[in-house]
Amino acid sequence: MLRFILKRLLETIPVLLVIVTATFFMLRLVPGGPFTAEKAVSKEIMQNLEAHYGLDKPLGRQYLSYLADLAPKRFAPWRLFADADRNGTLDFDLQAAFGINLGPSFKYPNRTVNEIIAGKLPASLELGLWALLVALALGITLGVLAAMRKNTGVDYAASTLAMVGICVPTFVMGPLLVLLFALHLRWFNASGWYIAADRVLPAATLGLVYAAYIARLTRGGMLEVLNQDYIRTARAKGASELRIVLRHALRGGLLPVVTFLGPAIAGIISGSFVIETIFQIPGLGREFVNSAFNRDYTLVSGTVLLYAGLIVGLNLVVDVIQVWLNPRLKFE
Amino acid sequence: MIAAPATAPSVPPAAAERPHSPGRDAWLRLRRNRLAVVSGIFLLALAFTCIVVPPFLGQGYADQNLSLGATSPSAAHWFGTDELGRDQFARVLYGGRISLMVGFVASLVALSIGVTYGAVAGYVGGKLDALLMRVVDILYALPFTIFVILIMVFLKEPMNDLDAWLRRFDFLKNLQGIGKIVGLFAAIGAVEWLTMARIVRGQVLTVKKMEYIEAARTLGYSHARIIFRHIIPNVLGPVIVFTTLTIPAVMMLESFLSFLGLGVDAPLSSWGTLIKDGADKMEDFPWLLIFPGGLFATTLLALNLLGDGLRDALDVRAAKD
Repeated sequence: MLRFILKRLLETIPVLLVIVTATFFMLRLVPGGPFTAEKAVSKEIMQNLEAHYGLDKPLGRQYLSYLADLAPKRFAPWRLFADADRNGTLDFDLQAAFGINLGPSFKYPNRTVNEIIAGKLPASLELGLWALLVALALGITLGVLAAMRKNTGVDYAASTLAMVGICVPTFVMGPLLVLLFALHLRWFNASGWYIAADRVLPAATLGLVYAAYIARLTRGGMLEVLNQDYIRTARAKGASELRIVLRHALRGGLLPVVTFLGPAIAGIISGSFVIETIFQIPGLGREFVNSAFNRDYTLVSGTVLLYAGLIVGLNLVVDVIQVWLNPRLKFE
Repeated sequence: MIAAPATAPSVPPAAAERPHSPGRDAWLRLRRNRLAVVSGIFLLALAFTCIVVPPFLGQGYADQNLSLGATSPSAAHWFGTDELGRDQFARVLYGGRISLMVGFVASLVALSIGVTYGAVAGYVGGKLDALLMRVVDILYALPFTIFVILIMVFLKEPMNDLDAWLRRFDFLKNLQGIGKIVGLFAAIGAVEWLTMARIVRGQVLTVKKMEYIEAARTLGYSHARIIFRHIIPNVLGPVIVFTTLTIPAVMMLESFLSFLGLGVDAPLSSWGTLIKDGADKMEDFPWLLIFPGGLFATTLLALNLLGDGLRDALDVRAAKD
């Protein structure tokens, strides 16, 4: 298993390299740049700016020096949560942990991409984790209930709810939830990210879509498993229905859900772009979209690389869980 | 689209009496699924309305009536008007044209890439197969929505050039924003083909080993004849099912891009941009959200139900997820 993980980790290096390279050249080969804003800048200022950020050098040189800054230089993951922007809170410090330097931002003067990511990522991570929790808890519960009470009202209600979750986009669901719970019932704030209760609506909006998919997958997986011989054996031994589900069926029934976790994580990341805009959350998703509009080259490449790293890393975790749940798969 | 399974050529030439072909069986099974039938009829009606009706409305999507302003639904304006006094019914129908077009065409782009790629990998096999599928594995790990966003942001200028170029042709002259729409086809199609390639490859691998393929080979048929007469018809089921399920995914992606301000440009509208505008003004003018949002959700629902129905009718197991 250790060999499998190491092999997969080695495989991620070329993948991430391809992503960095593709992003780097895609951004720079398109006409326009970070300093071609609405207000015209005089030629001298433009040249000074480009010289300051090294944009006047040949493209190949820029690429190589970017890669050199980017390359991990140490391995100290325990320092990942050091204070990156020195504001007294725990951050996501890539410089201290791995020596990764993502360069200066082109649009925020005197700020590095590392600092911006450190400041914005925690909110996004928190949102993502809560959303994933909502998706798993709600989805699995609904799916199991639907499978146990197949073709009854419970089943149809769960399926209908799942369909609604799949067909209503988050940017319709979000405003509707705000209208009901924030503006009419006044249980939560309509937007913001200050107190614990502010997490509820965004996490629910983002998690609901994936809860819907997970409920459908759980139902299918459970129905397949509940027909197996070993479930009949467990029943014959007189095990209670609860014990059959929790001890015997769930492990096999959740396999399709685990396979879906990879795409779900990627989806939650991109979903956060919308959710952070709707609920005014100071997260990395909103920052990424803004940076793309602003053509802030280094910030765009840095966030893309970070997202890619997260997705690749979490997919590896998902693969390990999958084999743990189903030993027949074996590590390649 | 519904008629497709019925026309699948799959009757073995040696059959003595006239048995039900698998395609005909599937069609009969589909007809028994009431939800799928209703969904199919709804989709046909919707497509017909969006394509045929708008020119007869007497009101375009951009016609403003500022003195009227935002009014709630009435006999004159079935879906109400927005604060520029534009008739919402016309805007929803014109928006439907664009959303449905993006959904279908981008899915077709994904379908063509995916089927070709998967069929080649599966049929040729060996080292080429391993290489092609490794590429798909790697692409799977990429944060794709992010790349679609980057493509849409950074290709803005080239898309405007494309727009100017395309509109020199007479029949495209009035299609404002066609360049952006073509960009959407390309960007979405380029990222949605991966699963299709995997499905087709898997199917081709299974079908390739079947006895009737061996029989065809023994009879000395050419590769082309084997692929087109014997393999493709037998992998058609999963392809049809998955295409039906790709369309709602593509429409969702289009609306997502519209929400981020990367969809079609005003005054043109798609359901995505209408929903975004509606969500912003939901408290004051709820009908601006309810009609496009409701229609969008219903369409996605119908496409999903039809896809599920087709999957059951064609007895496809691996087509989804």
